[in-house]
Amino acid sequence: MKRFLSLVLCLILLCCCGKTAFAESEAEVIDEDYYTRFQGQNISISVYNWGEYISDGSDDLMDVNAAFEELTGIQVLYTTFATNEELYAKLKSGGASYDIIIPSDYMVARMIAEDMVQPLDFDNIPNVRFLDEQYLYTDFDPEGAYSVPYTWGTVGIIYNTQYVDEEDTHSWDLLWDERYMGEILMFSNPRDSFAIALKRLGYSMNSTSEEELRDACESLKDQKALVQAYVMDEIFDKMEGEEAMIAPYYAGDAIVMAEENPNLAFSVPDEGTNRFIDSICIPSNAKQKEAAEMYINFLCEPQVAAENITYIGYSTPNLAAYDLLDEQMQQNEIAYPAQEVLTNTEAFVFLPAETSTLMDKLWTEILSNDKNYSKWTIPAFLLVGILFSIGINVRRMILKKKENLM
Amino acid sequence: MKWLSKTYIWVIMAFLYAPIGVLIFFSFNQSKSRSNFTGFTLDWYVKLFHNDLIIQSLINTLIVALVSSIIATVIGTIAAVGINSMKNWKRSIIMNITYLPIVNPEIVIGVSFMLLFVMAQGLLRNVGMDFEFGYMTLILAHVTFNLPYVILNVMPKLRQMDKYVYEAALDLGCPPVKAFFKVVLPEIMPGILSGFLMAFTYSLDDFVISYFVSGATSQTLPITIYSMTRRKVSPEINAISAIIFVVVLVVLLLVNFHGAHKEKQSRREGVRI
Repeated sequence: MKRFLSLVLCLILLCCCGKTAFAESEAEVIDEDYYTRFQGQNISISVYNWGEYISDGSDDLMDVNAAFEELTGIQVLYTTFATNEELYAKLKSGGASYDIIIPSDYMVARMIAEDMVQPLDFDNIPNVRFLDEQYLYTDFDPEGAYSVPYTWGTVGIIYNTQYVDEEDTHSWDLLWDERYMGEILMFSNPRDSFAIALKRLGYSMNSTSEEELRDACESLKDQKALVQAYVMDEIFDKMEGEEAMIAPYYAGDAIVMAEENPNLAFSVPDEGTNRFIDSICIPSNAKQKEAAEMYINFLCEPQVAAENITYIGYSTPNLAAYDLLDEQMQQNEIAYPAQEVLTNTEAFVFLPAETSTLMDKLWTEILSNDKNYSKWTIPAFLLVGILFSIGINVRRMILKKKENLM
Repeated sequence: MKWLSKTYIWVIMAFLYAPIGVLIFFSFNQSKSRSNFTGFTLDWYVKLFHNDLIIQSLINTLIVALVSSIIATVIGTIAAVGINSMKNWKRSIIMNITYLPIVNPEIVIGVSFMLLFVMAQGLLRNVGMDFEFGYMTLILAHVTFNLPYVILNVMPKLRQMDKYVYEAALDLGCPPVKAFFKVVLPEIMPGILSGFLMAFTYSLDDFVISYFVSGATSQTLPITIYSMTRRKVSPEINAISAIIFVVVLVVLLLVNFHGAHKEKQSRREGVRI
C-alpha cells in the first residue's frame, strides 16, 4: 500500500512539474487594459464545454484557458459534456452553476425560451465586432442578445473515393444505395438521422408534421438493412480503417479523417443539409457574469479564435480570425463552402415536446425493427425470472423442513 | 486432453486481456487513429502530462476514490460488527436493506442522489448555507454505494470468528474496546482490506452515479472520457489507461509476492518450532 501511495504521489508531482514547465501560453490581445479589471481579486469562473473543444496547448497551439488565467488572474474551472441534452439536464437540475456554457443552436433556442440563459452586455464584449453577422443574428437568437457564435459547420457525406463513385455523392440517396449494403454508417441519434431522411424526401428537417415524420421513419426502416452500424465517434475509426465506405458526419471531422486517410472525401448533398452553430451563452444563475463576458471577449480575440479553430478543426464565425488562418485552410471548401451551399442549409430549431416525443418513439421503433421481436419478450423474461426465484425459495423451504423432521 | 485445457485457458486469457493489449498498443501509435498503426512514439505520454483536464480529472478521481473508500471502510466495519450481534430476523432485514443498493440499477441511485442533493441545497439555502455540487456530493454518494461492499466483505469474517475468543479476553479483564482492537480487528482484517479494495475499485471506475452528482469543479476521469465521444477520444486516454493498468498490475504483483514471501517465512518458522 505504501509503495502504491508513493507511486501515486510521484505521478502527481510529475504533473505539477509538467504544468509549470509548459506554461508557454501568452495571448496577443487587442486591449490589454480591459483584462486587468479582476486582477488579484481571486475569482473563478466555471466553464462547461464540449469534450475536445478548446485548444489545450498541444501541437504547439495556445493553451487558451491557461492564457486567460495568466492575462486576467481569473481562475478557470473547466469541465466537459458530450451532448446538448446532457448540458440541459445538468443545468435544469440546478445542482451545479456555471458561468459559461456552449450549447448548439436548437438548445440555445430552448434555453432562451425557458429563461435559462441571460442577455449579454455587449459593452463588455467589444470583440463581437469581428464576428460574421450571419452567425450573430440567427433564427434561434434573432437579436443576437443571448449568444455569441463559437464555431459552425455543416453535415455532409464522408465517403471513400476508392469504392464510391464521386457522381453518386451529390444526393442523400447514396445512403440508401443498395450497392453499398453493409458499408454505410448512420448517426446514432434521432435528430440527425431524421434530418437526413426528411431532407432526402424534400421536407424541412424541422418538420413537425406527423405524416412527414412517419414517412421519414419508413425510409429509415428501409435503410436499416443497408446500415452496418449506428455510431457516433466510432465513425473516425471505421472510416479511417476502411471498415465502412460511407457515413454522414460533421465537416470539420471530415477534414481530420481525410488527414489520416487521404482516400476519404466529403460532399454536401444537393438536397441541402444541416448547418450547426455552437454558441457561447451565460446561464441565468451565473455567479460571475462580468468575468464570464470577459472570457467570451477573450475567445473572440482574433488570435485566440484562430488558434482555437485550428485545434478544433471546425469553421470559425470570426472574420478577423479567418484572415489569420493559413491559406490552405481558408481555401478549404469543406470548412468554408461557397455561399450557395450555405444558403441551401437549415439550422435545427427547438421542436415542440410532442414532436420530439414522437421522434424518439419512431426512433426506438426503427432500432427495434426486428421481425421476431415481440413486446411480450421482456415481461415473459421477467415472469420466468420471478417464477424461478420463487421455485428456488420453495425448494429451500421444503429441504429445510425435511432437515428439521429428521 | 491436457492440451485442450491449456488452449482453453489461453483463449480465456486472450478474451480478457486482448482489449487491454490493443488499448496499450495504440497508446504508442503516432497518428490519432485507432485502426492504422503508423509508427512508434511516446508523444501521447508526454502530452498526457501537459493536459490539465485529464490530469485534474485523474486527481479528482483518486481523491474521491481514496476518501470515500476509507470512510466507507470505517463505517462499514462498524456496521458489520453491529449487524453481526443482532437477533436473527433483525439481521436479515438489515442485510436485505444492505443488498438494495447493489441490486438497484445505478442510474436510479444516481438520479435519486441528484434529487436528494438538490433538495438539500434548497433547504440549506433557507438557513443561509450554500453548497455546490462538487467533491462533497461526489464523496457522499460514493461512500453510500461503497458501504454494502465493505459490509458484505467483513460479515463472513465476523461469522467465521470464534466469538469465545473475544469473551475470553473480556473474562481475563480486558476492556471491551481494547478487546475489539486486540482480538476482533486482527481476525477480520483480511475482510476489511478486501472490502476497502473493492470499494476503492468500484469508486474508481464509477461513471453513472458520478455523472449525476458531479459539479463544475470536480469532474472525474470517466466523465471526461465520455465527454470526448462527440469528437474523438484522444490517444492520451489510451496512455493514461496503460499507466493505470501497469500501476495496478505492479501493486497486485507486489501484494502477492509479499503474501507468498510471508507464508514461506511463517512456514519456515513453523518448522523451527
